[in-house]
Amino acid sequence: MDGSQILQLVASGLVTGSIYALVALGFTVIFKSTDAINFAQGEWVMAGGMIGAFLHVNLGLAPLLLVPVAVAIVALLGLVSERLAIHPLKTPSPMLLTLITIAVAITTRAAVMLTLGKAPAGLPSFSGNDNIAFAGITLPPQALWVFGITLAVMIGTHVFFQKSLLGRAMRAAAADREAAGLVGINVGRMAMWSFVIAAAIGAIAGLIITPLTLTSVNVGLMLGFKGFSAAMLGGLGNLHGALLGGLVLGLLESLSAGLLSSQFKDAVAFVVLLIVLFLRPAGLLGRASTERA
Amino acid sequence: MDSPVSSNSVSRNSYRVFAVVWALLLLFPLAAPNNFILNLGISWFISLALAGSLNLLMGYAGQISLSHAAFYGLGAYASGVLSAKFGVSPWLGLCAAIVLTGVAAFLIGWPSLKLRGHYLAMATLGFNVIMSVLFVELRGLTGGPNGLVGVPSLSLFGYEIGADIRFYLFAWFVVGLLMLLVLNLLDSRMGRALRALSTSELAAKANGIDVHAVKLGVFVLSAVMAGIAGFLYVHLNNFASPENFDFVASVMLLVVVALGGTGTYWGPFLGALLHVVLPEALRAFADFEILVYGVSLVLVLLFFPGGLSGAIARLWRLVGRGAAR
Repeated sequence: MDGSQILQLVASGLVTGSIYALVALGFTVIFKSTDAINFAQGEWVMAGGMIGAFLHVNLGLAPLLLVPVAVAIVALLGLVSERLAIHPLKTPSPMLLTLITIAVAITTRAAVMLTLGKAPAGLPSFSGNDNIAFAGITLPPQALWVFGITLAVMIGTHVFFQKSLLGRAMRAAAADREAAGLVGINVGRMAMWSFVIAAAIGAIAGLIITPLTLTSVNVGLMLGFKGFSAAMLGGLGNLHGALLGGLVLGLLESLSAGLLSSQFKDAVAFVVLLIVLFLRPAGLLGRASTERA
Repeated sequence: MDSPVSSNSVSRNSYRVFAVVWALLLLFPLAAPNNFILNLGISWFISLALAGSLNLLMGYAGQISLSHAAFYGLGAYASGVLSAKFGVSPWLGLCAAIVLTGVAAFLIGWPSLKLRGHYLAMATLGFNVIMSVLFVELRGLTGGPNGLVGVPSLSLFGYEIGADIRFYLFAWFVVGLLMLLVLNLLDSRMGRALRALSTSELAAKANGIDVHAVKLGVFVLSAVMAGIAGFLYVHLNNFASPENFDFVASVMLLVVVALGGTGTYWGPFLGALLHVVLPEALRAFADFEILVYGVSLVLVLLFFPGGLSGAIARLWRLVGRGAAR
C-alpha cells in the first residue's frame, strides 16, 4: 500500500466523516435544549434523501433546486413531531423524551415507507460526473459539495448560536430554563426550534450523501447510530466536538476497512471508540464537568 | 439518561402475588387453544426474563444498558454453537452460556460502569455493535448473516423438550426461578443498596456502599439472566439469527421495560405481554403495522409516562377512593 492509496482512504473517510459530523450536529442541537438523545435524527437524514429523490424523479427538479424544498419539508416534519409527541408531555424527563423519540423514529420511518416506498432511490451529482484528480487521488465532484456544504452548515450553526437572538435565546434556555423563562424567553418554544433545526441539518446530510451512496428507507438507523457515536466521541453537547467526532469516526472506519479488514471495520472503529471513552470519559473535546449524573 | 426512581419496596405481599401468578400460569396450556398460542406463552417467558433482568439494572440500579441484546445473543450462540457444531450437550452449553456472558459482562462492565448517563449508554451500545459484527462475521462458527442452523432441542431424562407443552413447562420453571431470584434480591441488603445508589450515588457511598462493586454485580447478574434467556431461545427455535441480537433489539428492550413501568417489579410482566401480543394484534393492519405500532408507542408514553403498571396503580387508587366514599 503506497502513499496515494492511503491518501485516497483518508479522502473517502473525510467524506463519510462529514456526513457523520452533520448527523452528530443534529444530536447536539437537540441534546443541548432537552438533554435527550434524539433517536429520530437518522430517520430525518433518510427522509431528506428519500424526499429529494422523489422530487427529482417525479417533478424533475434539479438537485440544487430541490435541496431547499426537501429541507423545508423535513424541517416541518421535525416541527410536527415536536408539537405532537414532545410538547404535550407534562413532566418531561430526558429518559422519557429519549424513549418518545424512539417511537417518533419508528413512526417517521413507517410514514416514509408508506408514502415513498421501500425501493432504493438515488440522486444525480450536484454538478457533473467527471472525477477530479488531485495529488494522486481521485474524488467525485459530489465529494467537494459534501465538504463545502458541511463546512457551511457548521459555520452557519456556530454563527446562529453565537450571534442571532433566537440562537442566543436557545442557549439561554438550555443553560437555565427557569432563568431564561424569567427574562421572557418562551422555553417550550425553544425546544421546538431545536427540533426544526436538527431536522433541517439531518435533511441536508441525507441530500448531499445520496448522490454518492443511494438511499433507502432503512438507512436512517445506521446513520443515526453512527452520528450518535460521533457526537459521543467528540463530546456530547459541543458543536466542535460533533465535527471532530464525525471526521475521526469516518477516518477510523475508512482506514480500518482499507488497511485491516472491511468486514470488521465497524468492530475496529468501535473498539477504538470504547478505548477513547474509557480514557476520556467525556469525549475528545468534552470537559469532565459535562459528565452527568 | 436519568431513570425515574421508584420508591416501591418489595413487601411480603409480592411473594404471595408471585406465587399465585406463577401457579395460574401453569393453567395457561390448558386454556391455550393451539400450539401457536402456547408458543406465544413461551415467548412471553423469554421476554420476561429479558425485561426483568434489564429492569433490575435500569429501574432499580438506575444504570442504562444498550447491550442487553448482545448478552442475549452471546448466551444463544454459546450454547447453540457448542451443541450444533461440536456436539456438546446443551446442558454443558447452558454452563458455557452462563460463564461466557458473566465474564463478558464483567470485562465490559468494569470500565463502562465508571461512566454515567449517556456515556454509559454509548459504551454499552458500542459493545453491542462489536458483538453484532462478531455474530455476523465469524461465519465458520455462527453461520454468518444467514444464522446458525441445526441447533438440537433440549432433552431431559430421555424426553425431548420440543416446542410444545414440555418447553412451556421448562420455561415456566427456569424463568420462574429467575424472577424469584430477582424478588429475593430486591428484598435483600443488595436490593436496598441498589435503590440507594440510584437515588444518590454520593449518599450511598457515604453510607459505606461500594457503588462500583454493586453496579458491576448487578450488571453481571442481569447479563447472565439475558444469557439464560438466549439459551432458552436458541434451543426453542433450533436456530439463531444475528438480527435478533443487534443494537436495535437492545433499544427495543429498553422500550419494553419503559412500557411496562420502569423500576416496578410487575412492570416487566406487563411490558413483556405487550412485546409479545402487540405485533400479533397489529398483523391485521398489514402494511400499516409499523405505523400503528409507532403511533401507539407515542400515545402510551405520552399518556402513561409511568408505563402500564403505573397506569394500573393509578386506576387502582381511583377505584379505591370511589369505594371508600
